[in-house]
Amino acid sequence: MSESIALLTIFVLAAFVGVEVISKVSSTLHTPLMSGANAIHGVILVGAIIVTGAADSAIVVAVGLLAVVLATVNMVGGFVVTDRMLEMFKGPGARKKELHK
Amino acid sequence: MIPTWAQIGYLVSAVCFIVALKALSSPRSARTGNLIGAAGAVLAVIITFAAYKPDHLAPILIALAIGTVGGVVGSRRVQMTQMPQLVALFNGVGGGAAALVALLELGEISSDATVSAIATAFTIVVGAVSFSGSVVTFAKLQELMTTRPVTFPGLPVLFVASLLGGVALAVWLVSDPRVWVGVLLCLLGLAIGVMLVLPVGGADVPIVISLLNAFTGLTVAAGGYVLGNTLLLVAGTLVGAAGTLLTKLMADAMGRSVFNILFGAVRGGSTLGGGTASDRPVISAGPEDVAILLGYANKVIIVPGYGLAVAQAQHTLRDLVEELQGRGVKVDYAIHPVAGRMPGHMNVLLAEAQVPYDQLREMDDINGDFKTTDVVLVVGANDVVNPAARTTPSAPIYGMPILNADEAQRVIFLKRSMRPGFAGIENELLYDPKTTLLFGDARDSLTKLLAALKTV
Repeated sequence: MSESIALLTIFVLAAFVGVEVISKVSSTLHTPLMSGANAIHGVILVGAIIVTGAADSAIVVAVGLLAVVLATVNMVGGFVVTDRMLEMFKGPGARKKELHK
Repeated sequence: MIPTWAQIGYLVSAVCFIVALKALSSPRSARTGNLIGAAGAVLAVIITFAAYKPDHLAPILIALAIGTVGGVVGSRRVQMTQMPQLVALFNGVGGGAAALVALLELGEISSDATVSAIATAFTIVVGAVSFSGSVVTFAKLQELMTTRPVTFPGLPVLFVASLLGGVALAVWLVSDPRVWVGVLLCLLGLAIGVMLVLPVGGADVPIVISLLNAFTGLTVAAGGYVLGNTLLLVAGTLVGAAGTLLTKLMADAMGRSVFNILFGAVRGGSTLGGGTASDRPVISAGPEDVAILLGYANKVIIVPGYGLAVAQAQHTLRDLVEELQGRGVKVDYAIHPVAGRMPGHMNVLLAEAQVPYDQLREMDDINGDFKTTDVVLVVGANDVVNPAARTTPSAPIYGMPILNADEAQRVIFLKRSMRPGFAGIENELLYDPKTTLLFGDARDSLTKLLAALKTV
């Protein structure tokens, strides 16, 4: 039971951290933030690998591999597309520099 | 069990995710933050391979490769205007993966682990909701189906019945963890997801993406509980909490409650206006006249909307603004929080055209300036300057904060046609005597304006 309590504690504390870290985000960044958070939950990939790796029937392996593919698309695609968006956010003067190149 | 070094490695990953979210909150640090998050994710995957030593290594690596190629190609090819759809799709596959993982875990649960069984049932049903909901969202945004709210008479009853059925199946699953009950629960979850998103109108769909994003986070957290994996628990909870807050922030920006967005159409309250395209007279003008208005103004505010992005006219707009600035006109961009199709979407689209983000002013900051502005140039936007949000309680957008374009001396709309905006309602401002319309594709019109401006 003590392990359950430990996990519950982690859950509650993480929830507070989650709210706290993004409480002051400007609406300028809502889209990249949503996309970035989206990429982070792609870490379910870890779960998919664990389950597939422990499987002993063909059907479980097959479903597990499907989960691995889906989770990888979520994770990799999420981070890449977020980077593509953020790459374009440039501060004052950045355009001038680019023109002088 | 999991060795200590792996636990510590997972902790490092979790900290990476927290730092990433924090850094994503500011334009200066956002890109670094995202890379830190990606590094944390890669670390987590490497640790998992090393610590769990999974069987079927070759197929897993192939699956990883397929997923990577799919993810990279999808995110490289997508146009910035299609970003909301892509985020919805990525979110959906994540939720689907979580539901599948939970289904497979069902076989492993011993009958006395009640809490694990509850978490598993939760992951299956919510993961499935997130998957099918995201797919419907994608279809709406990609306009594969109507963007209007879809309801039918029995929908509320069916929805509630499905929810109750879901609870019943979940209880069954907890008392007797059998895989086929899990599969049934998964199918029911898929149906609930479809019914949840169908009644939501196109303009509100981005809020739903954010909500489903939070859902997926929570399913990942529950999956982490089942697997006893602290990283999944922390990462999922972070996204669940941050996603919930973000959803609320976005809904606030639209002046709506999340409940109203999800169930407004079902309750019959705020369905779309009939879109009565009237033939009332409007004042339209050619590019030369509009160029004179702009060129001899002291202060101009640009209100960009989704139509600008569809016409791929961001670069032309930027050139026009630079020409105006060269003539000594003070120009600002007024960015409505939900301009585009997703909160913050317009900022991304203009960033793509290399408009420095300090020229983009948020609604609360700029709304007081319209009174002293000579000309407001509305490019491909409609609902975000529609005074009906202030004056007409029956309008679906009533209560949404808008840009006070109607307070300026003159208003110019660049529009393709008199078709109403995404919310499907008439805009009174179009018929105002101080409003001038320039019809045409946004890029064509802006190009002509730019040419005309150089001659006046």
